[in-house]
Formats: sequence, structure tokens, C-alpha cells
Amino acid sequence: MWAGTVTITGHEGAELEAYLARPLSDRPRGGVVVIHHLPGYDEATKEITRKFAARGFAAICPNLFSREGRDVSPDDQAAAARAKGGVPDEQVVGDVAGAAAHLNSLDYANGKIGVIGYCSGGRQAFLVACSLQIDAAVDCYGGFVVNSTPPDFPVKMTSLLSKAPDLSCPLLGLFGAEDTAPSPEEVDTLAAELEKHGKRFEFHTYPNAGHAFFAVDRAAYRPEAAVDGWKKVFDFFGRHLTA
Amino acid sequence: MCTYVTETFECDGAGKGASGWFTLREGRVYVDHPYHSTHEHTVNIDFVNPAEGPSARVAVELTEEAALALVDAIHKALAAAPPGIASAKRR
Repeated sequence: MWAGTVTITGHEGAELEAYLARPLSDRPRGGVVVIHHLPGYDEATKEITRKFAARGFAAICPNLFSREGRDVSPDDQAAAARAKGGVPDEQVVGDVAGAAAHLNSLDYANGKIGVIGYCSGGRQAFLVACSLQIDAAVDCYGGFVVNSTPPDFPVKMTSLLSKAPDLSCPLLGLFGAEDTAPSPEEVDTLAAELEKHGKRFEFHTYPNAGHAFFAVDRAAYRPEAAVDGWKKVFDFFGRHLTA
Repeated sequence: MCTYVTETFECDGAGKGASGWFTLREGRVYVDHPYHSTHEHTVNIDFVNPAEGPSARVAVELTEEAALALVDAIHKALAAAPPGIASAKRR
């Protein structure tokens, strides 16, 4: 595979840094946009991006905090973005659209786009799937999809439940039973709403796992849930991102 | 979970960041996911100077126990020093 840093165009023409990983073969392939979590554009997320390339997808992780400064380290960018209250939903959608366009501009792109996000990225994956026409979305423990943030939170994240009718593609949701954001009850509420609108989705909630169970560099890592979760991700993208 | 809640305070002093020493203006304390620590949540403390940009930041990520031990150590160090010796009002 080839893996490295590229520059892409995001929301309102902004220049963004992004990490791209793609197979070296000449087989047509789907593209995956990896949406990083709130701590930012980090090594673990780049490793996830490479994982998709190893399995035959072209994958890209846009640095959603690029606007904090070109020569600023990713953790300082994340802290600065956090101090400002996060990034607006509209901007995330525009940035992911730019990342998807970049994937579709590459040789051997088959035109299919999937998105996957973790934690705040999970919420953003759902948001993107309800805002853009894409082919598959994976929400890994995205909080504040069902509930909005409390009134005194410095970061305002509004519930995305009302966007459920606009979901443009099949959705895979992977959650931990011990998580509190989202809680199993919130996951059930989202499932009911998607069911009501006739949407295609598959949700899996893992016992003995909480938030961030995919994170290999954290105490939250749960190998059993993560191994099975990855199997489901590749099966799901395999079905929906093949032309 | 990502808590997002942040306590900020005015900070008068100096800090050494990735690019060297700089004047501190603000402190931020938040219990949230860390960037580097392998714990799920830590007490994250950023000493910053917003006017100098995002790189003007000294960051630590502590367990609750370490953070409280820090508070205790600060109180003890101040109690052991001549009163007001480190005060900004002293000239």
C-alpha cells in the first residue's frame, strides 16, 4: 500500500491535511472516509486508515482540526478546537464531502463511498450519512446522536434523531453495553426511529465492553468486541462498497 | 465519555512547551479522554497563551489520584515557603 499525508479541499474551500492509504493494485475499489475522534488526528486513527487499505479499500482520514494551524501538532490542534467548543456540524459534512471527492478522484475508484467514525466521529458518521448521498456508514459508539448535550455544556451538540428520515445508506452501529454515551437505551431509541422510517441498519451491542472498545492504546480496549467488530465492519463494507 | 466540560482560570507565569518558554495567560482543566495517556479518562490540564496560538500549550494528563496529589503538593509547598513570596502582588 501507499500511505502518507496529502492535502485536500474541505468545507468552503479550506485546505485540509489528510492521511491517505491506498492499495498499490489496479483492482477497482471502494473508498472509506475515516472520521477521527475528539482527541484528534492521531497515530491510532492513522493505523485504522491503513487497516482499510490493507483490506483493499482506498481510505482517507481528514484532519478536521487542520484550521487550527498548519504547523501545529495534532494534539495542540485538538485542544484548541475543543476550547472553541468543537467544530460545527456543517463544516464536518463539508470536510468529509471533500475527502470523499478526493477518494473518487483516485485511479481505480469504483465510485462507492463509506464512512466510519469513532466516539464523536461516530456521531459525525451518522450526520454525514444523513446529509450526503453515500453508500455505507459505520457508527462506532457515537454519543449525542439521540440526546443533545446538556444546556451548560461548552460544546453544543444537538440531537440528530430528527435526521433519521434522511439516512441515505445502510448503517452499521457498534456499541458497548457498558457505555453511557450512548447508553443502550439511546441505542434502542435510535433503532426504533430508523425502523419507523424503514431504514436499513444493523446494530450490535457488545457485553463487557464500554466506550472506545476499539481503541488499542487505551484501557477501554476489549479484544473480543474489537475483533468481532472489525469482522462486521469488513463484511458490511465488502457488501456495500463493491460496484 | 467525552465530557466537554472545562474549568478555566487566569494564569500568570511561564511555561515550557514544545517550542520553548512562553508567558502563560490561561489554565484549562477538564476531565476527559486523554491524547497520550492510556487511561480512559484523565484530569487534563492545559497551560496556554491563546494569543500565541495553539502551539503555546503545556499539557499534562493525570489520573484523579495524581491530580489530587498535585493539589496537595502545591498547598504544602506554599505553606513551607515564606508567606506571599510567590505572590503576583509582591514587588
